[in-house]
Amino acid sequence: MPIGDVLPEISLTLGAVAIVLFASFLRQRQHHWAAVLALLAIGLGAGLTVAQWGGAPRLTFSGVWALDGVALASKLVVLVAGALVVAMSPEWMRTDRRHGEYYALVLFALLGVIMMASASDTMELVLGVLLSSVASYPLAAYHRGWAPALEAGMKYFLIGALTNALLTIGVVVLFGLTGSTGYPDIAQALATDSDRLALTIATACVVLGLTFKLAAFPAHAWMPDVAQGSPVPAAAFLTVIPKVGAAVALARFVSLLPPDVAWRAIVASISVATMTLGNVAALRQADVRRLLGWSSVSQSGYALMAIVVLGVSDQALPALVFFLATYATANLAAFAVVTHLRGRTVLDDYRGLARHAPIAATILIVSLLSLVGIPPLVGFFGKLMLFRVTIEGGYAWLALVAVINTVVSLFYYLRIVAPMMFGSARSTVHVLSGPWASFTMIVAGLLLIVGGLGAEALMVFTDSIRFAR
Amino acid sequence: MILTAALGLPMLGALALAVSSRWTETTARRCAIVVSVLPVLLLAWAWRQFDPQGALFQFVEEVPWVPSLGMGYRLGVDGIALAVATMSALVFSASIAYPVDTKHQPRQYYAWMLFLQSVSLGVFLALDLLLFYVFFDLSLVGMFFLIGRWGHGQAQPAAFKFFLYTFCGSLLLLLAIIGLYLSVEPHTFDMRVLIEQQPLAGAGMTAGLVFLALMLGFAIKTPVVPVHTWLPQAHVDAPGPVSAILAGVLLKMGTYGIIRIPFAMMAETFSRYALVIALFAVVSILYGAFVALGQRNLKRRIAYTSVNHMGYTVLGIAVAGALIQDAGYARELALVGATVEMVAHGLITGALFLICGSFWQRTEEYDLDSYGGLFRQAPWLTAFAVLASFASLGLPGLAGFVAEFHIFAGTFGVYPWLAVIGVLGILVTAVLFLQMLQKVFFGAMPERWAQFEDLRPVEWGVLAVLSAGFMIIGVAPAFLLTLVEASATLLVGGR
Repeated sequence: MPIGDVLPEISLTLGAVAIVLFASFLRQRQHHWAAVLALLAIGLGAGLTVAQWGGAPRLTFSGVWALDGVALASKLVVLVAGALVVAMSPEWMRTDRRHGEYYALVLFALLGVIMMASASDTMELVLGVLLSSVASYPLAAYHRGWAPALEAGMKYFLIGALTNALLTIGVVVLFGLTGSTGYPDIAQALATDSDRLALTIATACVVLGLTFKLAAFPAHAWMPDVAQGSPVPAAAFLTVIPKVGAAVALARFVSLLPPDVAWRAIVASISVATMTLGNVAALRQADVRRLLGWSSVSQSGYALMAIVVLGVSDQALPALVFFLATYATANLAAFAVVTHLRGRTVLDDYRGLARHAPIAATILIVSLLSLVGIPPLVGFFGKLMLFRVTIEGGYAWLALVAVINTVVSLFYYLRIVAPMMFGSARSTVHVLSGPWASFTMIVAGLLLIVGGLGAEALMVFTDSIRFAR
Repeated sequence: MILTAALGLPMLGALALAVSSRWTETTARRCAIVVSVLPVLLLAWAWRQFDPQGALFQFVEEVPWVPSLGMGYRLGVDGIALAVATMSALVFSASIAYPVDTKHQPRQYYAWMLFLQSVSLGVFLALDLLLFYVFFDLSLVGMFFLIGRWGHGQAQPAAFKFFLYTFCGSLLLLLAIIGLYLSVEPHTFDMRVLIEQQPLAGAGMTAGLVFLALMLGFAIKTPVVPVHTWLPQAHVDAPGPVSAILAGVLLKMGTYGIIRIPFAMMAETFSRYALVIALFAVVSILYGAFVALGQRNLKRRIAYTSVNHMGYTVLGIAVAGALIQDAGYARELALVGATVEMVAHGLITGALFLICGSFWQRTEEYDLDSYGGLFRQAPWLTAFAVLASFASLGLPGLAGFVAEFHIFAGTFGVYPWLAVIGVLGILVTAVLFLQMLQKVFFGAMPERWAQFEDLRPVEWGVLAVLSAGFMIIGVAPAFLLTLVEASATLLVGGR
């Protein structure tokens, strides 16, 4: 067995196991050391991933596991995002009786997302989706004594159960059609004649299953509740990280399909529906966390644009991964600020924040502007790459729809910015005491600016992004 | 380095002001004024060094930024850019020096003004399409915070409307820029390459769509009727100096952008639609003039004259881009006129909006009918208002006349009928300014203005500098014309 190929994943698994043991033997007061352990495991995983960089794209473990630029790049994005989530958590979780186990769940969920991104086999994909889902449900409802958290967790679980079942059905039908679960064999079998009706059903089921993890229409409904109800660091995790794995998995899956399935039209319409619905729903929100949840739905719609032009524009995959990375940074920065402000969520409470907490306010504004795509923040380059591949691929109308949506989104982001800058303060600002959250917030904020000015450094990684066959 | 210094120094000044929490209002103000004057001096020096016989773009600087996307930090100026940038820097210094109520946040106010100065100069100095877009967008952010925080009346809705409306235009621009970028091999955002290669010539449908997106984006910014509706509210609710910048500098980004991008990079497509653009320009001229005439609000009236004046500029550009016959000289005249109009309008309307700011500081009243007879009470204010109004209506000997003469002389050579209709606009402008002066400064003075103060030394000092600017251009325009003609010849005749 080529164990060396999955060393990053093994380091995550061992880290999670170590944390579970650690947390069961130590006092609750010392559980923040589990965060350090988690960071070590993630750091080790990222280091091992970088070590794998540069090899020829290939499949390993009898073809179920892809080791290509896309898998490695998205793994890095997921690991860095995971590290930010872990780093913003300790003070928030300090009072929770099960503080330590939280990090183990985060690591398992990360592992699931990485499996989704690397799976080159339908069974492997199902495993990844299930692992990340199972680890995510408790994250969403971690404060089990609080009704909104339970509601969010329950909604997440119910929608998840339904769509995961659909995904499995799709995979089974596909297996029945092609007699295989490996992607290369499936692609080969589908290229020759096969039952189009069954293939359409299988495609619909798999795509629906992945829209759940992507928080895209029609399985997006859990997102605003989770963003609002779950612990803020967990919300940061769930609004960002599963998307990365799901988007890459979807890209891998649709690129197997023969052209007459019209998957481009399907993905394009999901994209339009998702971005429009997310933006329109976000317009009137009076709750910042819920608003960020809806905005996260709309951002999934933008990401899907790159999948639409997969194979038509040679830069589509780099654009997808790059956009997801920029989105992840901006959204994590925003949630880090909310964490730092102890989960302050009513829009009215943000009034005059710029006077009393200038640094937090500045980072929140920068992250929102990055989500809109104001240059020279890193989010601008993400959107630029997306628009570029979409126009290059002949889907200028889709880019136009995205532009209209971006203008709409500017309105609700400004609805957060305006009271912070223009309003007069009403009360003193309570923040989490301790260095973790504020430090994470500053790091993420700096990443947005430095990443924009040094976008070239990030582009280096995108050159070798393509699928292994 | 000189161009980088011109836009870098204000940015550094803005950063210094943003982090220096101990400075008093006076220190912040002095620091901001000094820093804002530096770009004026630097650009004036560049003006002296500029070689009219030399290459189109001079003082070129190039540093790779994102080379894998073909994007670079590229700066450089031709005569048109240099003239407009110098005027912009001057209007910024004047606006920053003009006293205003900073609402207990002087550092933030001056920091945003310097930030806006830096990015506005960036728009005019950029030689890279994406860099141009970066500065273009950042100017919206700066303006949004200035209007929203320091505006009066319905400041926040006005700021929202301004940002959303013009952001719509700039995103269309982004799509068009990507279209241009994809049309050239190897893909690049370098303006010089795009101007030289004219990549979309004969590209039919694609060229038409890219052109439409570009023109819509710039028309919103300029603004051209019918997409001008964001302008009156943003102007009325912004503080005086910010209005001066909005009219004097930000509107120029639209017309400058038309010259730099669709006019220079898509000459063939531009000539096909030049008549349509000219028609829109004439509609803007007449509509702006008549609607301004109907306004009873002082600031709204001046705001609508901007629509009228920017109409002249667009008309000049449209004429210059029309490839009919070989009226090369007429087209060059029109382009020179359009550029001089930009400079003149920046100085004149800048002065007029600063005067509006003085009114607001004293009375918080813009209603024309409530005023009267201020001539005796405030002779200095009257003198500067009369001078600026006459300049704006195109009195010979002042800058507006030089500009409009060039534009209409050029238009007669290409579209004589449009020139005849367009000249009507000047007539209406004359009426509306004379009527405004008569209402505010002459006649009987209402009792409530008995305590009306005249201009303070700082105020008339700033107005004197701007007035000197448009008087010198009116009397001895040669220094400006040589600079602009050099580039206009290359842009018009080089094709």
